[in-house]
Amino acid sequence: MKQGLYFVDGGIACAEGALYAGCRFFAGYPITPATSIVKRMAERLPQLRGYYVQMEDEIASMAAIIGASWAGGKAMTATSGPGFSLMQENLGYAYLTETPLVVVDTQRSGPSTGQATMPAQQDVMQARYGTHGDIAPIAFAPWSVQEMFDFTVYAFNYSERFRTPVLLMADGAISYMREPLNIPKKGELPIVNRRSLSKDDPNPDEIFLRYEMPKFGDGHDLLVTGSAHRPTGVRDYSPRYHRATIHWLFEKQKEAGKALQQEGLDLEVHNLDNADTVIISFGAAARPAYKAVLAAQKEGESIGFIRLKTLWPFPENQLTKLVKDMKRIFVVEMNMGMMIREIERVGCQAQVTGIPKVGGEIHHSNEILQKIRG
Amino acid sequence: MSQQTTPLGKQQQYYRKKYLRNLPTAFCTGCGNGSILGCFVRAVDALVVGKQLQQRDLLCVSGIGCSAWIPSPYFKGDTLHTTHGRAIAFATGAKIMNPKLEVVVFTGDGDGAAIGGNHLIHAARRNIPLKVILVNNQVYGMTGGQSAPTTPFGVHSSTYQSNPEPPFDLSRLALGAGASYVARWTTYHIDDIITSMQEALLHPGFVFIEIISQCPTYAARFFNEYRDSLSPKERKQFHRNPGAWMLKALKGKRTGKNLGHPRYELTLKDQTIELGVFIREERSTLTETLQSLWK
Repeated sequence: MKQGLYFVDGGIACAEGALYAGCRFFAGYPITPATSIVKRMAERLPQLRGYYVQMEDEIASMAAIIGASWAGGKAMTATSGPGFSLMQENLGYAYLTETPLVVVDTQRSGPSTGQATMPAQQDVMQARYGTHGDIAPIAFAPWSVQEMFDFTVYAFNYSERFRTPVLLMADGAISYMREPLNIPKKGELPIVNRRSLSKDDPNPDEIFLRYEMPKFGDGHDLLVTGSAHRPTGVRDYSPRYHRATIHWLFEKQKEAGKALQQEGLDLEVHNLDNADTVIISFGAAARPAYKAVLAAQKEGESIGFIRLKTLWPFPENQLTKLVKDMKRIFVVEMNMGMMIREIERVGCQAQVTGIPKVGGEIHHSNEILQKIRG
Repeated sequence: MSQQTTPLGKQQQYYRKKYLRNLPTAFCTGCGNGSILGCFVRAVDALVVGKQLQQRDLLCVSGIGCSAWIPSPYFKGDTLHTTHGRAIAFATGAKIMNPKLEVVVFTGDGDGAAIGGNHLIHAARRNIPLKVILVNNQVYGMTGGQSAPTTPFGVHSSTYQSNPEPPFDLSRLALGAGASYVARWTTYHIDDIITSMQEALLHPGFVFIEIISQCPTYAARFFNEYRDSLSPKERKQFHRNPGAWMLKALKGKRTGKNLGHPRYELTLKDQTIELGVFIREERSTLTETLQSLWK
């Protein structure tokens, strides 16, 4: 889409963000509330000489984007809770093989089919711990249509920069909500492209544990495997190689965490000076939470607000500093209390209270306000 | 340590140097996988020498199981060793993103027909130009001889005293699902496999080649079909070299010709299995159709 101001839903914003970032391959399986993204990609990709493929299930969708990424394309899939569960095994494959790609989970209320299509934030721990084995994910949490666009661009940038899958943990509310979307000029948002192996690389056989990534068909004789491997890709189950790989994945996540903080993508704060109470929230739940903060301020409460833009890596250093003088912390999320566990770790001297909500509904700001009043 | 066999001939050294990585083989003595890799290398070489194929365009994708180790890590070329059952789905993404790649999928009966059966039929239906080589050894070899969806009815495996399920006819499945090239051979029919693989690599569409293979470690230990007709003396010999004896059982009888290839018939247990090329048709492929949307 051309630069300009539009009034669209979050799904369209996400798809346009992906195209802006250079995504040319999308494999998906229909599931609401991700359908708006899928439909947009199906319509737009052929116009840009890209490929939309509808796969037989979400397992295959995840597999196909890994294959496409190794064939040199920027690739993405979008799904919702049940599909995200099905993707977990191959997502683990993508982490281990350091494959850049983007997965959008427009979270809906579960478990199982649950309240199909209705929003929730119940997959945030699945994003962190969903696949078997130790992984170190990067996951964004957009709270507006504009952020559906921007964060998708950042998701591609971080996936290419750190050679890793990046998750966009959206939800049914943001995906189907319509708001103004400002599409920036080409070049206004930076685009990160994949680093390929240079011709005079001293270790061209080492294709893992590094940021440069070769692609199929270039004569590198690549060995890509989901088994533990040496940097050359040769299967090897000895402790040193497995240890080196897993430590490298965590090292990358740490570096990404630093970069996110530098770029202001880890979290945002409102009115924390002189506050003794803070509300922490993210995604759609942060909208009523923010409204409640503004209302409480009017009532004279010394209350601040922190919104997590990134869920993983959890911005713990930054957050520890921000909440160290707080007496009360409220955590607003659309689940029975998931991110609150992380927040309790960093804010253990304060009284941490969860304001959870399930049932497929966003909080009303009054519910939150009542909790704050006590 | 395995016994040292006869030194390699010149031709074998040539294939090994050009197409294989210098790594120790993990296959059991007498396994059919080595023969299949040998056939593949010969088929590829014929096309590479004839300038009909570039080695760098080859991408071998495999899943989990013994069959997955045929290309990965031995074949010198791009290899993608994926999760269990999903090789065809990974290959679909790579082929669509870069249609120039010649994508070959090595899979087994457990990988391709049990856990990955859904991807197989959909890839066949789409007529996406992937060349699927399915090694059917009728058993789960890597995990210790459990019954597979291809294990003959009534045979003994490590999970069933007598397999209660009838087996899948995989070539017919692929045919029904819309594959535009389907062939079935056994590891006995080396020459037919090579010519069929050459044809497959040049075929513009979805290819399914089923190769019935021997698992001398598990199928030989559990399957009575190979031993039933043997004398006590022969049985002793069988246990000394089960791979070779199982190959004999895979020879079959020649019954005629079809599409320029011989046909054979094979009886395993109570099953009659037809071998040969069953279909070879040119139809529009998914990669072409997707690009036709570009205009």
